[in-house]
Amino acid sequence: MNQKQEENLAGSGRLPGTDEAYPAAKGAPGYPVSKGASGTDEARPAHGRHIKGSTGRNALVRKELADHLRSKRFLILLVLIGATSFASLYGAISGLADAIAADSNFIFLKLYTTGGSSIPSFMSFIALLGPIIGLALGFDAVNSERASGTLNRLVSQPIYRDSIIVGKFLAGTAVIAIVIFTMGIALGAIGMAVTGLVPETEEVLRILIFLIFTVVYIAFWLALSILFSVVCRHSATSALASISVWIFFAIFMSLVASIIANAVYPVNDQYRAMFNSLNNYTLNQNLNRISPYYLYSEAISTIMNPTVRSVNVVTMDQLVGAISGYLSLGQSLLLVWPHLTGLAALMLVAFGGSYIGFMRQEVRSN
Amino acid sequence: MAEKMEHIIQTSHLTKRYGSKLAVNDLNLSIRRGEVFGLLGPNGAGKTTTILMLLGLTEPTAGTATIDGCDCTRNPLEVKSVVGYLPDNVGFYTDMTGRQNLRFTGRLNGMGGRELEERIDALLERVGMTEAADRRTGTYSKGMRQRLGIADVLIKDPEVIIMDEPTLGIDPEGMRELLNIIRDLSVKDGRTVLISSHQLQQIQQVCDRVGIYVEGSLIACGTLPELEKQIQKNGTYLLEVDVEPCDDQILGMLASQPGILGIQKEGRRFMITSKTDIRPQLTKFLGEHDYTVMHLHQRGGDLDEIYRRYFEKAGQNDGSNESEARRKFGRKRKAAGNG
Repeated sequence: MNQKQEENLAGSGRLPGTDEAYPAAKGAPGYPVSKGASGTDEARPAHGRHIKGSTGRNALVRKELADHLRSKRFLILLVLIGATSFASLYGAISGLADAIAADSNFIFLKLYTTGGSSIPSFMSFIALLGPIIGLALGFDAVNSERASGTLNRLVSQPIYRDSIIVGKFLAGTAVIAIVIFTMGIALGAIGMAVTGLVPETEEVLRILIFLIFTVVYIAFWLALSILFSVVCRHSATSALASISVWIFFAIFMSLVASIIANAVYPVNDQYRAMFNSLNNYTLNQNLNRISPYYLYSEAISTIMNPTVRSVNVVTMDQLVGAISGYLSLGQSLLLVWPHLTGLAALMLVAFGGSYIGFMRQEVRSN
Repeated sequence: MAEKMEHIIQTSHLTKRYGSKLAVNDLNLSIRRGEVFGLLGPNGAGKTTTILMLLGLTEPTAGTATIDGCDCTRNPLEVKSVVGYLPDNVGFYTDMTGRQNLRFTGRLNGMGGRELEERIDALLERVGMTEAADRRTGTYSKGMRQRLGIADVLIKDPEVIIMDEPTLGIDPEGMRELLNIIRDLSVKDGRTVLISSHQLQQIQQVCDRVGIYVEGSLIACGTLPELEKQIQKNGTYLLEVDVEPCDDQILGMLASQPGILGIQKEGRRFMITSKTDIRPQLTKFLGEHDYTVMHLHQRGGDLDEIYRRYFEKAGQNDGSNESEARRKFGRKRKAAGNG
């Protein structure tokens, strides 16, 4: 029987994995079909639609994008981010005079970095609340499709299976980019109109880099929530799991880091502090940098604040002979290059995890 | 070779093991082009696993499956472009309309433009969903979703359609329509249809051939008459007889007839077990003795009976005796009737 099958394969002139093997369509909607006559390639007219992996993925990305943009969830996020942005802009403008008095260069950037009257700056708002955009877009990406039975239908279409998860991630990232760039640019535009400040080229570049960082940062949270949506059966579980990770990194990570640092390098009396304080601080900082929240905050405060000259501890020795001044954009970028790499790596690890998890999972829903 | 291509779906020694559980055991199945094949078996018999392997969604532990000459495991994309799959409990994006759902499926299959729109219209018409097409699928009933599911499967113009439990939870009227559509898919379009089900009555109306599947093994396969013959060859005949007048005298007379193995009285009805087909002798005998035959029915003609017999046989192989299996089955039936 196997032999016959092989003959059959060879006889029909099919090469596995090529488009030539794509079978005939039965034609227009009326489709009467000639039974049994379609055994050979001659009997199979060349087919119009060749399935490529990208066709399905594009359709998927388009559908996911449309879904996101039309959803109520997106509207809520937009309102949330919009409200916080304008609140922070209000705070920044009211605190602007003080900030300018302290340092009168790069004023336009101060619209993003200063807060006022107990309102945090746009930068710290985004660092804290940005993750929620990513989480909201991704926490039910896969498990809701599984629960509603649409995943079954999707995987039985002639598309590569990874197109599904890649499509979801790409669409989510596109939505994030749209939201972040819209908000960032709108904030600058309104700030310009209200204060009459005009940004310099370097300021514009710094803002763009800041926005790119933000997209990568939030895309990490998207990837993480997609990972949870692959792993957890119920979307409530995955939402809870991703929110708890977010809260842990945003609030508790710094506590944990300092506890560990103090345990390893105790600084509880003057004598020990003399020896340990440098190590203690460095360890604390490095532990904190595991948290994407800290990594991102450190990076953007360097980018948005040219007076930041170092992200690590600087000893008095190193400062001897240093001239106080602003870092050029290139130098600032050099400082945070590891941060960007780290964030991108975290994002890829999270996405890679969800990718592998999804590809290995059984399709059946029960 | 042309004869060979007649078999569009072929599996050879297909096996799937989940841990220590054998879900599909050495399945050799050939399905001809254009026929309606029913894969029958109780829940958990490995039907869905088989289907997933045919679609290349699950990797077999051993053996191969081919559809239209393509290896299902190695070239799942090509297989999926000729095979339409209607899962049990088919799901749609509830916040999209029926038409939008179909359009999305069309795009995933690389279609678009006017060709796709015309096709969607034609298919909606065909499954009788034109009026509901622009409503959100979240508002659809189970039967409507099932019909939209068929339209969805047909978008890619598949040569093979695989349906997993399509009759589950459908009302009788919807069932009739569904079966008509299935019949049409085979007769008018010449598509091959593979239906998996545990509901016998519905399936036997549309299937050309059936395979009976118990615990991962295909224990019988063929057309209904073939299966019937298979049972009767190695089994006994069971005849239901209802006569007038119904007195005890007849019982004794019948029992002494040659060829009759046993006779039981259930209410007004006699259940006669015999080695051979005794209908001709019996009617003659009854006529000679002035009895009127009110009812005469040879059991085993319908799928339910066949199904039952095969299950009994499968049970016997496991070491349990026939009467026990029958009792068990009776209880199950009763429970189903109550539920």
